[in-house]
Amino acid sequence: MAYSDKVLDHYSNPRNVGSMDKTSNEVGTGLVGAPECGDVMKLQIKVNPQTNVIEDAKFKTFGCGSAIASSSLATEWVKGKTVEEALQIKNTEIVKELSLPPVKIHCSVLAEDAIRAAIHDWKKKQGVDEPAPVSAGAQSH
Amino acid sequence: MSTEVKSFPLEQHATPDGIKLPIYMDNHATTPVDPRVLEEMLPYFTEKFGNAASRNHAFGWAGEEGVEIARERIAKLIGATSKEIIFTSGATESDNLAIKGVAEMYKQKGNHIITAVTEHKAVLDTCKRLEKYGYRVTYLPVQKNGLVDLDELKRAMDDKTILVSIMFASNEIGVIQPVEEIGKMCRERGVIFHTDAVQAIGKVPVDVNKQNIDVMSITAHKLYGPKGVGALYVRRKNPRVQISPIIDGGGHERGMRSGTLNVPGIVGLGKACAIASEEMTREAAYLGGLRDRLKDRIMSRLDEVYINGTMEHRLPGNLNISFAYVEGESLLMGINDIAVSSGSACTSATLEPSYVLKALGTGDDLAHSSIRFGIGRFNTQAEVDYVSDRVVETVTRLRELSPLYEMAKEGVDLKSVKWAAE
Repeated sequence: MAYSDKVLDHYSNPRNVGSMDKTSNEVGTGLVGAPECGDVMKLQIKVNPQTNVIEDAKFKTFGCGSAIASSSLATEWVKGKTVEEALQIKNTEIVKELSLPPVKIHCSVLAEDAIRAAIHDWKKKQGVDEPAPVSAGAQSH
Repeated sequence: MSTEVKSFPLEQHATPDGIKLPIYMDNHATTPVDPRVLEEMLPYFTEKFGNAASRNHAFGWAGEEGVEIARERIAKLIGATSKEIIFTSGATESDNLAIKGVAEMYKQKGNHIITAVTEHKAVLDTCKRLEKYGYRVTYLPVQKNGLVDLDELKRAMDDKTILVSIMFASNEIGVIQPVEEIGKMCRERGVIFHTDAVQAIGKVPVDVNKQNIDVMSITAHKLYGPKGVGALYVRRKNPRVQISPIIDGGGHERGMRSGTLNVPGIVGLGKACAIASEEMTREAAYLGGLRDRLKDRIMSRLDEVYINGTMEHRLPGNLNISFAYVEGESLLMGINDIAVSSGSACTSATLEPSYVLKALGTGDDLAHSSIRFGIGRFNTQAEVDYVSDRVVETVTRLRELSPLYEMAKEGVDLKSVKWAAE
């Protein structure tokens, strides 16, 4: 399979790789996917409690190149956005940006799920408990 | 509208160490044609182009001569006689002809066929087809080491069993089945034994008499011959095996396989077998040495690396390993100047991880993390060293990126985690 230049770039130079203290009140952690399915993403956000702006984001991903690229891109996109703005990010935008082929669309879905899961975790820490987020396109395969 | 042809850059470039990149190390998929094979084939495209079935002129005789020399050479490599060799278009056709041909010919005797879950799809899907026509098929499981359990086989046999089809050596994990014992059990019960030996021929000793083989699939392109040509060994005596043709036509190949013979291809297969007869012992030692070097250079520098299938009974050039916490396709992407295969779902058309690895009891997670190395005649020690360095470097980098590796290092039991997508 031929990869787009953007996927190759994120794979070779992934942005914001790493981990933050998941016990911190300012940090929200999303862990989505399953090893059996061949992809697991961990996406973390650090949110300014005054402004609700995501000041930092980190990820680690077990998965194919498209999964790594999708989560790397997701960290770039959420940084500087407010939590509410970040929730507006759609997997289809990731597909478009990375030119993902149809068989790799689930990677973008997983990245969107990871953003939602991280925000959900952060909100929970702020005392806002909402039902667990599941994006429309979420699928197990 | 013009058709745009996109070409992939296949031109090799040299590294400072004198290694040419990309490196081909996927010799279970196919092998390059040996220059000595090509040399013998060439005249059969041009001056010796005759149809081997043309009996009344020199062009035909020249073609026929080429074919008969090839038949002798193939027979010699496997301890058969030349009349027992039927030419086909390759392994898939040979497997189809063997299984469908025996099933049809012996249907009065019984309707039960035994095979194993780790067989190539050419065998499995042929058996599935026969199930639709009323045959009963037992798919034997394999043990953790990849080998068929002979007691299981014994239990599966009944008075309706007409055929056992078990591969000689696995295309994925390279394990060599106890062919001789399987053949003996079949012989004792009057059951025909077919083996798909495409990965074994020319790599390890194959002797149809010693190993009690009745029908055997052969292909040229796995042993440095051309693609699109293969053969089926069909035993002529003790016992005499008959097969019904699956292609009807001019009655070539003693009626078992009609169709004009691919003379240049057959000549190439013959030469490839002749080379193997001469060089196999030495080459197996060479490949085994390279394979062990590759294994040691990887395993001494990485933790949590698992070999799939037994090392004890294995093709000398095969190494199949799983790198825990790293997904196979991303690993292939990182070593994109090396041609190998992965059992990861992402590299298959079906989005399912390797059914062969799953049959061994390898978890889906480790199946996704597997890489198959196929070392061949033209690989060098310098290439093996380069490949092992690149693999270690890439796995290390991807583990730094892997949340699973991080969790495992923190002492989290990954099996106990409730994963969202399950």
